[in-house]
Amino acid sequence: MAEVKLFGSWGSPFSRRIEVALKLKGVEYEFIEEDIYNKKSPLLLKYNPVHKKVPVLLHNGKPICESLVILEYIDETWEGPSILPKDPYERAMARFWVKFLDEKCFPAMWQACWSIGEEQEKAKEEATEFLKILEGTLSGKKFFGGDSIGMVDIAANFIAYWFMLPQELVGFEVLTKEKFPKLNEWMNEYLNCSIIKENPPLKDKLTAVFRARFQAVSARVLLKRDRRVRVFDDVVHVEDVVEVGEKTKNDTVLTGVEVDRESETNSNAIQRGGA
Amino acid sequence: MATTTTSDGKLLGLWASPYTTRVQLALKLKSIEYELIQENLQNKSELLLQTNPVHKKVPVFIHGDKPICESLIIIQYIDDTWTNGPSILPSDPYDRAMARFWAAYIDDKWFPLLKELGGAQGDEARASIVEKIFEGLVLLEEAFVKCSKGKALFGGDNVGYLDIALGCFLGWIKATEIMTGIKWLDETKTPGLVGWAERISSDSSIKDVLPEAQKLVELYTMSAGLEKGASN
Repeated sequence: MAEVKLFGSWGSPFSRRIEVALKLKGVEYEFIEEDIYNKKSPLLLKYNPVHKKVPVLLHNGKPICESLVILEYIDETWEGPSILPKDPYERAMARFWVKFLDEKCFPAMWQACWSIGEEQEKAKEEATEFLKILEGTLSGKKFFGGDSIGMVDIAANFIAYWFMLPQELVGFEVLTKEKFPKLNEWMNEYLNCSIIKENPPLKDKLTAVFRARFQAVSARVLLKRDRRVRVFDDVVHVEDVVEVGEKTKNDTVLTGVEVDRESETNSNAIQRGGA
Repeated sequence: MATTTTSDGKLLGLWASPYTTRVQLALKLKSIEYELIQENLQNKSELLLQTNPVHKKVPVFIHGDKPICESLIIIQYIDDTWTNGPSILPSDPYDRAMARFWAAYIDDKWFPLLKELGGAQGDEARASIVEKIFEGLVLLEEAFVKCSKGKALFGGDNVGYLDIALGCFLGWIKATEIMTGIKWLDETKTPGLVGWAERISSDSSIKDVLPEAQKLVELYTMSAGLEKGASN
């Protein structure tokens, strides 16, 4: 029985992160492919009851969940090239940037690819702002981790495939060579470094999935956008209601209603000069 | 008042912010001297904007000329840097992973529910959030049982990472209990956490740092507006 098992999915950037880290440390592991969209295995649900997600690392029968937690565990458990820097301040910086990547960059970039209309425009602007910040951190460095890849490079993996491929398919230009020369160089270095080159994500398979998703998304049509303001118990709720539909052969069919709500107390709203 | 000795660092924070409380707890545990600078979030200082240009938020811990942001990252920095004092994170890598996992759960999933409750409209919405908060507490109870391994605190015999990560919210948990009348920490549902909360609140190294629930209620009521007159 393998000592190390990884429950993951070929298409998940979070799962790929762990594979890169394990390979960096030369750890042998058994990979268990999960069908995360259709049917998660009973074992996955047993080992990750809180989030029910991949990746889950199983080491000597003990499960560890959440990719960033797993990366730190791998670094602390196995010898080999460091994933995190040794210096406490550099470690704090690395942790800061991976949090920034996961909490800010990834969601904005994902939305920039897969939303429509105004939501997409807003997401593209946000993604651009965040990428500018990232670009700034690469001054004079080959990788985020310095001369060799580290935790931030591993965490930034979604940029190379999960953002660049859809960007090309959808046809917008957020991360261009002209606007982000350092990030582009980083991507080339990252994709060319041996650990990544030897184990690339399946580009053709990913492209096919993205293409199918793009076709579904481009059939989506913005039907109506409405803004309503409601006051309830001294709290002001501003709701943006978006109705989306899907173009069929003869018609456009309503497929969903999305409500985006922002609430604040009346006194805050008044202070701000709002309604 | 005697002149202050060289402090080890500066902490930009807000007395009512549980994330600031977290850092204060860690600094207290390690007996680190620092200068606390209260920020006004409506009028952020130049220093805050310079040291946390990305998020512009508190807390920020400045050690010498190095600013560190994000409360859990600051705590780990403190633990990595001041190695003479008691350890905050457990020594075993698996226990460390558990501590990090649950701290992330508290920040990403559980505490946002308490904030959401404040803005909930209608009985149904409120009831749904209340249910989720209780479900989360049951998970945290299980985490307590696993992490404490039969001892008094998440960190075992001593205050540790999760004691700080969850303990910082005790003021707000009690304040919300006062404001909603709902007893979040209930002996019939989460006896482990009830016992833990009592121990943390009376721990000599911690209790002076935790903000008082009543003061938080006053702050919340004030900012929620007093147009209605008497509080509910």
